Amino acid sequence: MSRSRFVLPLVIFALLVVVLAIGIKDSPDKGLIPSPLIGKPAPAFSLPSLTEPGRRVSTAQFRGHWYLFNIWGTWCVECHVEQAMLLKIKASGVVPLVGLDWRDDPDDALSYLKQDGDPYQSIAVDRDGSEAIMWGAYGAPETFLVNPQGIVVYKYIGPITEQAWEQQILPRLPLASTAAAGSSS
Amino acid sequence: MTRRTGHHLIATLAASLWLGASAAYAIAPTQMPTPQLEARYLNLIQGFRCMQCQDESLADSPVDLAADMRRQIRDMLLAGKTDQQIRDFMVSRYGYFILFKPPFVLQTAWLWLTPGVILLGGTLVAVGVIRKRAAIAATDPQDDDLTDG
Repeated sequence: MSRSRFVLPLVIFALLVVVLAIGIKDSPDKGLIPSPLIGKPAPAFSLPSLTEPGRRVSTAQFRGHWYLFNIWGTWCVECHVEQAMLLKIKASGVVPLVGLDWRDDPDDALSYLKQDGDPYQSIAVDRDGSEAIMWGAYGAPETFLVNPQGIVVYKYIGPITEQAWEQQILPRLPLASTAAAGSSS
Repeated sequence: MTRRTGHHLIATLAASLWLGASAAYAIAPTQMPTPQLEARYLNLIQGFRCMQCQDESLADSPVDLAADMRRQIRDMLLAGKTDQQIRDFMVSRYGYFILFKPPFVLQTAWLWLTPGVILLGGTLVAVGVIRKRAAIAATDPQDDDLTDG
């Protein structure tokens, strides 16, 4: 018989290798889990403000505006990495940052912001971690871009990099604010 | 092994089992008012993936996020939500990935169908090989060497 009888098992083997290689490379353990919130309304909340005692931060305040919703905590090492970029975003004036201080000690959070700078327009306190679940957060930092209609447009997992800001977030914002960013950077 | 060490071994195994069980309950302590709710709670938390340590269920995971999710599930149960409502809520936040047993929907179809396709393919190959060999055996009854060569 010809060698053809080896061809089929070889092809199947090669296919298996490809499938398993993709599985190993793109496994959710290594990659990112897509958020089901994209294209859906951002979770509505009203939570105590970190920086303005006695006041509350609520989603209603941001209706009609683009904003970046950034989940962070002083315990989160990657958030410290992200801090410089967040301050840059604040300085660009393109889009305000709304923070969710996740499972944190408010005093720690306040002294951290005092020391390293506060990039946020307002910060909601999620002391027990229930709000983070509403946003489907499974780590920090996680950042959501929300449009003026209150719809989640995009989610970025991990510390925002210069590249992520320029290639993923800026292009999703309206042209006018993008132009402003170009001139400021 | 002597009978005595055998007993020792069984005792040690039993002790480790017991320790293992108590450790599991340290993570998910009994906290529901009725045995029915408790059973539903335990069943639910075993069906959700811990999103931080992804091969563990919420029932087994020691991380804070899993504790928060267990509390969320407990609160929803106490508020009278059905198991399906709780599953739908978790999926609406985290996607199907959070379910250890994902439902059969368009997005997960490949997950459920691939094993069947592979089984079918294997069966076809096996039937082909058996038929071929049967044919060879039929043409040359003396030849009991089942390789094709």
